[in-house]
This record gives sequence, structure tokens and C-alpha cells, in this order.
Amino acid sequence: MNELALNLPVWIDQVNAHTGLRISVPAHLIPILAMFLCASIVAAAMGLSAAVLVWAERKLAGHFQCRLGPVYVGGKFGWLQSIADGIKLFLKEDLIPSDADRPLFRIAPYPVVLGVLLAFIAFPISEKLMVADLNVGIFFILAVLTVEVFGVILAGWASNNKWALIGAMRAVAQMVSYEIPMGLAILPVIMEAQSLSLKSIVNAQSGGILQWYVFQSPVFIGISFLIFFIAALASLKRAPFDLPEAESELTAGFHTEYSGMRFSFFFMAEYAGMILVSGLAALLYLGGWHGIFQGQAGPEWFLLKTSFLVFVMIWIRWTLPRLRIDQVVYLGWKVLTPFVLVCVVGQSFLAYK
Amino acid sequence: MNIASSAARIEQDVKTDELVINMGPQHPSTHGVLRVILKVDGEICLDAQPDIGYLHRCAEKIAENLIYGMFVPYTDRMDYVSGMGCNLGYCMAVETVAGIQIPPRAEYLRVIVTELNRIASHLLAFGTYGLDTGAITPFLYGFRERELVLDLLEMLCGARLTYSYIRIGGVDGDVTPDFMSKLKEFIDLFPKKIREYNKLLTFNHIFMKRTTGVGVLPPDVAIAYGVTGPSLRGSGVKRDVRRDDPYSIYDKLEFDVPVGTTQHGGPIGDCWNRYHVRMRELEECVKILQQCVQMMPPGPIMVEKLGRVKPAAKAEAYTRMENARGELAFYVVSDGTMTPARVKVRAPSFSNISVLPEIVRGQMIADVVAIIGSLDIVLGEIDR
Repeated sequence: MNELALNLPVWIDQVNAHTGLRISVPAHLIPILAMFLCASIVAAAMGLSAAVLVWAERKLAGHFQCRLGPVYVGGKFGWLQSIADGIKLFLKEDLIPSDADRPLFRIAPYPVVLGVLLAFIAFPISEKLMVADLNVGIFFILAVLTVEVFGVILAGWASNNKWALIGAMRAVAQMVSYEIPMGLAILPVIMEAQSLSLKSIVNAQSGGILQWYVFQSPVFIGISFLIFFIAALASLKRAPFDLPEAESELTAGFHTEYSGMRFSFFFMAEYAGMILVSGLAALLYLGGWHGIFQGQAGPEWFLLKTSFLVFVMIWIRWTLPRLRIDQVVYLGWKVLTPFVLVCVVGQSFLAYK
Repeated sequence: MNIASSAARIEQDVKTDELVINMGPQHPSTHGVLRVILKVDGEICLDAQPDIGYLHRCAEKIAENLIYGMFVPYTDRMDYVSGMGCNLGYCMAVETVAGIQIPPRAEYLRVIVTELNRIASHLLAFGTYGLDTGAITPFLYGFRERELVLDLLEMLCGARLTYSYIRIGGVDGDVTPDFMSKLKEFIDLFPKKIREYNKLLTFNHIFMKRTTGVGVLPPDVAIAYGVTGPSLRGSGVKRDVRRDDPYSIYDKLEFDVPVGTTQHGGPIGDCWNRYHVRMRELEECVKILQQCVQMMPPGPIMVEKLGRVKPAAKAEAYTRMENARGELAFYVVSDGTMTPARVKVRAPSFSNISVLPEIVRGQMIADVVAIIGSLDIVLGEIDR
């Protein structure tokens, strides 16, 4: 973003020179303009990637289930399906139950989207392509992702629906159980990279596939990669951890009463979250934008790795049954947390130089 | 400090209430319009009372106003997932009352269609059980083969769900050579598909964790409540009307009656055993179909010159048969007119769902769904 702010006056001058216009932006507005531009780009990218992902998931799910998935909208492969879905959701009535807590009910979807949206700020796609290289990037992402659960609790409570309330309770239990292994699973990487900035973490992994952290230290970081991935699935409420919205138990869990655009916010946040945590896993463990061989680098590598992890998430969702809440909590506290603690301690011995 | 006193202290510090939730009649996994009044403490289910009657259509009363043959289509709508079985049960009862002997070829056709329908029904149970436990793909896998079965039945009688194929005195139409070749194809194909289902769902680790040891139904409780069918056999009771009190041609056929086991780690009578009995019954269905295809004699498929059925006055019959969900029985009383004086249906799902409150206490909400799914109920049959 800083680079953008520096370049903006130059660009404006160039535009003026080419078109003969005389646009002038006061110097103190330049950072605000840059901020605004970045925010729009992030929001648009998030919405667009969520739309593509919804289509991809439906198409993949179709093929996992011996059917075709969407085929009609947009000619071949139904590639405009998510646009059609989006338009439908836009045009739908925004129903609010008469006994719901109206202000809370209206607010609830925003923290959910906000959490994911904010996390994209510190999310680098390549060496240059990022909004801001925060020196506490990974810490920031984990922190703002947690905001999501507030929205879920609000939604569950404000709906004044018993199923929604149980769904929200489950979401809280799950979030509390999985934030810890997720946060701890990142520690071995941070210890190895000695930085919280995602850019320097990725740059520490340059130089071919063997320098990726998951292969650099296959035991401790390898296991913590698996733990991170499982915990990320759980904190995204993706199957097999989709208990807060378990449709066969709680009808639709915390978003039972939501419709229209407000519902689509929950939906969008889930898909954007998938991209976010997959990208995070790719950045932390799989070398980010570095290629398989030394010297290869670029956003395409990062996107490849991210889409592979997203594919795995979709694959898992359409294959496995759902866990029960006691099993979810058990897995979080009694399996993942001890293992990840072992990884942290082990890696700290290895990292001691 | 023991649990009771700590619970008392918690109760003193934080007053907690039970939450009463209506599960249904509009709920994704009550398998129809069943309403269960759940009393829960957090995630733990304290009590569950099934509330039925949303699909009551006075079927038994309607029977009293129709001539015998006209009631056959109504039986389709009772257990609409295995309508052939209901047709067969009713027709057997009327044939016993009226003393009608049906030709052997018709008996074989009846067994073929009821077994095919049992496969369709168990595949639906398999698929929806996957849905109940949160796996969506098994449903589509099950429906892929169910489609083949329904295509076969459609070739035979034109209907895919409500067949009315079995009539009083025989069956509606004979099989074509095309049907027989398709049936043989299906028999060859299906065992492979059963192995696929087992790989996908039955022995899935998460699925087994979810269903073993959940909703254990002891055999004595099951018998006391009159639970029948796979739900009873899952509790280890080897009871199957087809074997114990053979009707039609089942005494000539060889097949096993699978019962619940402890082989795979769970106690007898849990959800997983009830489910697994159904999966093993699919294999038995294939065996029965193979034998029927080989043994089927030529001949007529309908009693000649049947005319309208008019049994003697005060004749009555109670016949039972093994439908996909358990023991389906029809009690028909005649008063010597063209219409029955009384028709009573003993619906297996009705008895099976009545055991629900016994086995859900102390389980979690997700288990309630798993238990209802494992009982495999059809509301059309419960309410009639």
C-alpha cells in the first residue's frame, strides 16, 4: 500500500499528461485514496474468488458424486452459476423473524465478513503483490480471523431460534478448542524463520522444494502443517467439522433464519476463509510463491499451491461424515494440542543455534 | 468431589434450564413429517417423545368402503419406499380370506419384485443414513443403483414408486426377456457396488465413531416394544418372517438372516449394527434374486376367472410378511359382502419408532438424528 501511495501522484501526473485532464489530488488525501483503492481491490478480489470457488466446489462436488454439477448457466460448464446465485441472493427478501433481536440480527453478518476481509490486508500473493507487509503479519491474520466467531454468536443469539442458538454454542466450543492448536502450529515456522512477517517467512524458504518448511523439517513442521490444516478446517466450520451449521441436525445452525444478502455474507466469508487459510498454509509451510526448483518464483506458484489445498478441503467435505461435538472437542484438546506442543518443543531444540 | 455434588454446586451457582426443542415436523432428518419433542440439557438429550399423525389418511377406514381389489393402490402409499411389500402383504391377506390359490410363476414374480424393492428401500436407508451423519456423497451413490432398480420396476409396471403391481390373485403383468437380461446384469453388478458402499461409508472411521455404541437397543427391550426387521436383527435377535414363518416361496430359497455382531468393535444393538444388518441384507437380496431367476417356472401369472372377490361371511385372516422395515401384517375381516368389514395394518415402523424414547436418553443431539436414521422409519406407514 505504501508503494501505491508513493506511486499514485506519479500515475496521476501520467494520466494528466496523456489525456490532457487536470486532475489534482491534495497531498494529504493521497494515503486515503490509496487506502480506498486497496480496500476496493481486496473486497473485489475476495468476492470474485469466493464466487469462483463456489462454482468450483459445486462442479467438483458434482463429479465426486457421479453427477455433472452446474451445466446450464453461462454456456459450457455452468461457469456463470455463482453470478446467477449472487443475483438471486441480492434480489431475495431480507427476512427478519418477528421475535428476533433486530439490531443484533442485522449487524451479525458484518463481523463475519470483516474478519476475513481484514485478514487479506496482510496476505501476500507474491513478492510485490500485497497490501501491506506487516511485521506482525501472521499474528494479525490470526487475530482478525477470530473476529468471525463474534458474528456467529451474534447471529445465533439474535435469531431467537433454538437451533441457531445451539449452532452458535457449538461454534464457540469449536473456536475455543481449535484456535490454540492453530496458533501453536504456526510457532515452529516462526521459530525457524525468526520473523512474524509473512514476506520474510516465505523468503526464508527460497531455493527449491527441499527448502520449503514442510520438507526442511519434515517431522516437527510436517506434523504441525497437518495440525494447522485440520485446525483450519475446524475453525472455518468446514466438513467434517461443520457442526455449527450441521444441516441434518440443526437445520442450518446459526444461519437458519438468515436469507438474501445477509445469508450470502456468511456464505462468502466461508469461501473467502477457505482461500485465506489455504493460502496461509501455502505461505507458511509450502514455500509460498517459490517454485519447485531453485530460482522459480511468482504468484502462479502460490495460486497453484493454494488451489491444491482448497481442492483437498472440498475433497474432504464431500467424502467424510460429520464428527460429533464431543469428538470435535476431544480431538482439539486431547489430540491436536499435545501433538502440536511436542512439535513446538522439538522444533525449538532444532532451531537453537 | 464427586460428580453429583459438583453438579449440585454448578446448579447452585448458575441456574440452568432444560431446553425443549421441537424437532420436526419440518426438519431435514426426521425422514418425513415426524415431530420429536426433545428435552435437552446443552447437547445432551434428556428425553424425546415422538409425535406422530401428520400424515394420517384414514387408510384403514377407507378400506372398509372399497371393494377388495380397489384398496391395493392405497397400500402403496403406506410404506411408500417399499410399496411392493405392502401390496404383497395385503394381497396375501385377502387371498387367505377368500381362499385363492395363486399360480407358482406369480409367486416367483412377487418375490422378485419385493426383493428388488427391498434393495431400493435399503439403498434409500443407506443414503439417508449417510446424510444423517453428515456425509452427502453416499446418498448419491445409493441413488445411482436405486435408479437401476426403479428402472427395472418401471419396465414391469410403469410406476417407479407406487406400483400396485401385485394384485389379488397374482401379478399385473409378465416379465419381458429384456427385463430378465437387465435383471441379470443388475445381479452381477450389484455386489461390487455393495463393496463400494462399505468402503465409502460403512467402515469409515468417523462414521464408525459416530454410530458404534450409540443408541444401544437391548434385545429384551426391542422385543418388548415389538421392534422388528433390521432394527431387531441389529440387536442380535435372529428373527425374520421369511425364515421363521415362510410365505410365498421363501421355504424353497436359501438365504442367511444377518444379525448384529460385536466383530467390528461396537456392542450388539447399536446404530452401526442396525445399519450394517441392512447392508448385509442387500447381499442376501441378491442371492434370493439369483435363485428366483434360475428357478422361475413358466405358466400363468394370474388366477383364471377370478371375478370380484367376495369371501364368506365372518372369514378372517392375519397374514404377515417381512417388509424392508420389519414385520408387516394385515388383518382382514370379511362380512360376506364385496367390501371388507375391517382391515387392520400392523406397521413395522410404528413399533420401531415407539422405542425411540428408550434409547435416546443420555445421548447427544447428533446421536438422536443417528438413532432415528438407524431405525429407518417411513411416516406414511406409521400414520397410515
